Amino acid sequence: MKGDKNYILAFLLPAFLLLGTFVYYPFLKSFYLSFFRTNGFFNKKFVGLDNYERLFSDDLLGAATLHTLEIMLYVLIFQVGIALVLAVMVDSISKGKQFFRTVFFFPIVISGAAISLLFVLIYNYQFGLLNGIIAKLGFEPILWMSETGSLKAVAVPTVWHYVGFYFVLFLTAMSKIPSDFYEAAKLEGIGGIKKTTMLTIPLILSDIKVVMILAITGTLKIFDFVFILTRGGNGTELLGTYMYKKALVDQNFGYGSTIAIYIVIFGVVLSLITNRLLKREEVTY
Amino acid sequence: MQQVNPANAVPVTRGRSGKRFPFGMAFVYLCLSLWALTTIYPLIWIINNSFKSSDEVMDNSFKLAIPPDKLNYTNAFESISIGRAYANSLIMSVSVVLLVLIVAGLAAYILSRFKFRGRNLINSLLVATLLIPTFATVVPVYELLIKWKVVNTYFGLILPQTAGNLSFAILVIAGYLATIPKELEEAAFIDGCNRFNMFTKIFLPVGRPVFASTSIFVFLWSYNDLFSAIIFVNKDSVRPIVALLAQISSQYGTDFGLMAAAVVLTVIPVLIVYLFIQKYIEKGMTEGAIKG
Repeated sequence: MKGDKNYILAFLLPAFLLLGTFVYYPFLKSFYLSFFRTNGFFNKKFVGLDNYERLFSDDLLGAATLHTLEIMLYVLIFQVGIALVLAVMVDSISKGKQFFRTVFFFPIVISGAAISLLFVLIYNYQFGLLNGIIAKLGFEPILWMSETGSLKAVAVPTVWHYVGFYFVLFLTAMSKIPSDFYEAAKLEGIGGIKKTTMLTIPLILSDIKVVMILAITGTLKIFDFVFILTRGGNGTELLGTYMYKKALVDQNFGYGSTIAIYIVIFGVVLSLITNRLLKREEVTY
Repeated sequence: MQQVNPANAVPVTRGRSGKRFPFGMAFVYLCLSLWALTTIYPLIWIINNSFKSSDEVMDNSFKLAIPPDKLNYTNAFESISIGRAYANSLIMSVSVVLLVLIVAGLAAYILSRFKFRGRNLINSLLVATLLIPTFATVVPVYELLIKWKVVNTYFGLILPQTAGNLSFAILVIAGYLATIPKELEEAAFIDGCNRFNMFTKIFLPVGRPVFASTSIFVFLWSYNDLFSAIIFVNKDSVRPIVALLAQISSQYGTDFGLMAAAVVLTVIPVLIVYLFIQKYIEKGMTEGAIKG
């Protein structure tokens, strides 16, 4: 159509103006800043790869990386695992499907901050929900937010928050499997757990892969739970909170940006590895 | 071969496994109910405790709050002005949603309905943008906002959040608009619509479902985004509700009744809305994150 070129430019412009100003330019600037030693916004000195060398000798960053990997492990095993088991179960029942869907999904809509505050109360030593139950059963109360247990205490709400999300993704994937597959399996006399492991799971493997990549990249973004529950104390510092501390609390913009770049690379590498490990032919119905 | 329970025999295509053993079914329902309990019970527990004074909470957190004590709620509105935080959250998140819909809608319309050089490049660029986390942009954005003097104003949160949601919103909306039949567009053209009218008269109304699910995703993402809020808008007059929660936890960490009330006040409105439009929320969130 005549004059299309003007429309194309005019309609794309606002989007790319915003993206350019608040995403692309800052991203490149972060990369640029990672080569500087900074003091506030105005004093900076080019230091080459010093910040990157510092990354490798920074024990706190090493610890934060390990903590992040530990949470990632819990997330992959429990979050994805529980979601898968729940989805298989809900897929197999005939009554109450919608009820469980509603109830399992709703933690997603609650903010991580509110959930963290809820868990502050649940973990409370004196009167918290957990110690309350333990006391009712006649055991001694447990210090949940201890030096050794805090990371696991942060992992619990993290896992709990998003189980319902992956559950819905799995359930949607399962509902797309044509029923002839199951009828064929029935004729062969395959049922129960065997049907799940031999038919359902292989058929939704590509969705499982997507969910695992989402779970991995999601773990790198965890911030709220640590920020409110522990402020990074007791061995719960994660990459996101450590970056926040360095860049915005200590106002060390140069090194903070270096950590941010490290997080991006870490995420891309982990996603590529997952993608590679789970590589197989896509199933199309 | 298979023993079919007459009660379950009717919906043959549904209910695929475990039909053979009623015991297996009972076990499945037991497991599902247990997980349901982990999501429902903490909420009931905290609602109950929000109607008790901190001393009562510490004394016995399971006791029913009878008679309910409104003190925590009056406190929440008077001493920590949670009402203000609500208003801030709504103003900023609704603005982000509207801006994203307009800006992303226009761009998505172009990317889905026009053929031009560089279109594939733009698409790939948008997909790559999804890989950039907020951590990797926050410092320069903060610097920019300070320079423009919009830190601790509504725009200080609205602008970066809008930009942060654009790439995903454009991709999702464009994906949907691309499925609208070309005939509709041609008919409108013959009737004398120009490109802009075509967008407002054809694509906006026909694309309503995708605009709805995108708004839900963007709204929740913005409403729940603690990281940006504590950096860009952390002052009483503009602080949104998530940032207020973080402040309560550090400042009023021993006032358990107040904490419970604050959690309830944050969660309940979202939950009520969720129960009404659950299907759309589910769709919006899952579509959003798959692409995002």
